[in-house]
Amino acid sequence: MPNGVLIFGEATEDGKLAAITAELSGAAAALGGPVTCALLGSGVEGIAQEAGQYGAEKVIVVDDPILKDYQGDAYLPVAERIAREVDPAVILLGQTMIGRDLAPLLAQRLGTAVVMDCMALSMEGDKLLAERPCYGGAARARYTINGTPQIATVRVKALDAPAASGSAEVVKQDAGVSADQVRTTITARNKPESTGIRLEDATVVVSGGRGLGGPEAFQQLEELADVLGGAVGASRAVCDLGWYPVATQVGLTGKIVTPDLYIAIGISGASQHMAGISSVKNIASVNKDADASIFKASRWAVVHDWKEFVPAFLEEVKKVKAG
Amino acid sequence: MPHIICFAKQVPDPETPASQFKVDEAAKKVIPAPGVQQVPSQFDTIAVEAALRIKDNHPDSTITVVSLGPDPFRDTIKHCLAMGVDEGVHINDPAVNDADHWATAEVLAAAVKKLGDYDLILTGRQSVDWDMGVVGSTVAEILGVPVVTIAKQIDYAGDKVTVERVLLDGFETVEAPTPCVVTVSNELGEPRYPQLRQIMQAAKKEVKPWTLADLGISAPQNRVNLEALYVPDTSVETEVIEGETAQEKAATLAKRLSDAKLI
Ligand SMILES: Cc1cc2nc3c(=O)[nH]c(=O)nc-3n(C[C@H](O)[C@H](O)[C@H](O)COP(=O)(O)OP(=O)(O)OC[C@H]3O[C@@H](n4cnc5c(N)ncnc54)[C@H](O)[C@@H]3O)c2cc1C
Ligand SMILES: Cc1cc2nc3c(=O)[nH]c(=O)nc-3n(C[C@H](O)[C@H](O)[C@H](O)COP(=O)(O)OP(=O)(O)OC[C@H]3O[C@@H](n4cnc5c(N)ncnc54)[C@H](O)[C@@H]3O)c2cc1C
Repeated sequence: MPNGVLIFGEATEDGKLAAITAELSGAAAALGGPVTCALLGSGVEGIAQEAGQYGAEKVIVVDDPILKDYQGDAYLPVAERIAREVDPAVILLGQTMIGRDLAPLLAQRLGTAVVMDCMALSMEGDKLLAERPCYGGAARARYTINGTPQIATVRVKALDAPAASGSAEVVKQDAGVSADQVRTTITARNKPESTGIRLEDATVVVSGGRGLGGPEAFQQLEELADVLGGAVGASRAVCDLGWYPVATQVGLTGKIVTPDLYIAIGISGASQHMAGISSVKNIASVNKDADASIFKASRWAVVHDWKEFVPAFLEEVKKVKAG
Repeated sequence: MPHIICFAKQVPDPETPASQFKVDEAAKKVIPAPGVQQVPSQFDTIAVEAALRIKDNHPDSTITVVSLGPDPFRDTIKHCLAMGVDEGVHINDPAVNDADHWATAEVLAAAVKKLGDYDLILTGRQSVDWDMGVVGSTVAEILGVPVVTIAKQIDYAGDKVTVERVLLDGFETVEAPTPCVVTVSNELGEPRYPQLRQIMQAAKKEVKPWTLADLGISAPQNRVNLEALYVPDTSVETEVIEGETAQEKAATLAKRLSDAKLI
């Protein structure tokens, strides 16, 4: 009889425990547990104990150089073996660079299905109810899965992380994957120099859209973000036009951000953009079109041309900051 | 002679204004808004663009587009043919009208097997209606070939492809042996738009009409059930910031944000 929930925790690029691990632990416990956390990577043994502080009873850590950078061929056999051993009713992964690639492969290997990018999970008897946005965020769909285990990926920051408490038994396992099983090769990685506050961590995000009319305007947004101690984001229209880096794109196919305050300037509010800020409670938006759909989701609406408004607002914010 | 297979499906125009987007909760279906067109799924035309760029460098390539869906999906195939794809396969069978993502993958994989030799399968990173992002990887698993997801550039060199993948911050370069599956993202660039002459030529290209019987399979079982579909209420109480001038509005907004301890 399958039993419990298996989660796949993750480490960040710089080797710390990724926040999604706690979010998944919380979600798994809420489904009834007991929770087993698998942690795959290279140099992750040191964070295995910490991974067990959020409700897991057991952490299975597989620390092997072959798992350093994610590749499906290396991760899948390990994930499959752990899934078969633990034989859980439910498996949860993050909708992260790793989870979104690994989950469909794992589902097919196990002859079951996965519901991707969930924002709400619950159990009805022994059935997982997995709810996710679709149609670019315009609709929500709720699914059940016929096979076992029932797999879901969970959107980052969609669910609250429990506070750290308790500890888990840590079990080490070998990867048991040989280099010739990995058909792909990562030959290069280029990460842009990160300057300032990361978009995902910022408490204030100032975002610009096509309404800004060109790349020059982003200087003013940067200045505003600077004064507010925040980061600058952009709509896909802006990134596609090459006005601002792709890494700053907010939305369905960009980043999910959760600042306390999101200031949207010259952004129309397409559902695919709103998908990136669906958990943000305080949105202030500036748009010259009073009917712009971004206003429906905004707590404060400024109907004005940004060219006049933004410089004036910058001055006012400076005054507030100066006390 | 490289053979590239592209998967393409058709969707309601994703740029439909949110105010026009409605669902029939009982039927668990989207109600087509009046005047909203059915269009090729955006990432799929980008996958076709990726295939055509390979063909630009390897003119002896053959590109096949495969689409599983009802009659109107023929328009999406025609669009791909007009972009420069060589031949189309339209799998149209009432037995899979309500196929889920896994049944879809099974049928597409069966079509690939029937097509015979191939070097590369290109799909969208995700569809733009159901957004699930599973079909490409599932087909790769069924066929037992590697998959590289979320590509922004693909260079084909016979026995391998070199793929630039989009990461959350930055990019990575991955080499994969062929045959393999690559899923394509919008960072690859705009798909080319068919010219009138190409649209005329496309009319003469072959579209194979296949049913499950042609593929030698029966309808695969669905693995998931859609229990509910609804439009979430995301509206909040909005204060329109009043004022005669930009300065007045700016001062009011700054005060509101400061009162709410947000700045
Ligand atoms: C599959 C798919 C995935 C997508 N993923 C994303 C995603 O991740 N992120 C994303 O952002 N989009 C995404 N999109 C695109 C999305 O549908 C919209 O096209 C995009 O968000 C529009 O960007 P925008 O709001 O900047 O531009 P527009 O929609 O062109 O809006 C510009 C706004 O600026 C206003 N404006 C113009 N001039 C001024 C002025 N002088 N002062 C003030 N306001 C002005 C206009 O009134 C308008 O509201 C996706 C689309 C698809 C199909
Ligand atoms: C219970 C259930 C019933 C459903 N009933 C219907 C229905 O009646 N009508 C309906 O239209 N949809 C229906 N769907 C949705 C349908 O299953 C999906 O559209 C389909 O499986 C593709 O999934 P996706 O859109 O999430 O693709 P993703 O996994 O996001 O697609 C990735 C890529 O795979 C390729 N691809 C996906 N589907 C196809 C296809 N059909 N042909 C060619 N290439 C493709 C494309 O390249 C695409 O970019 C149903 C789904 C469920 C769960």
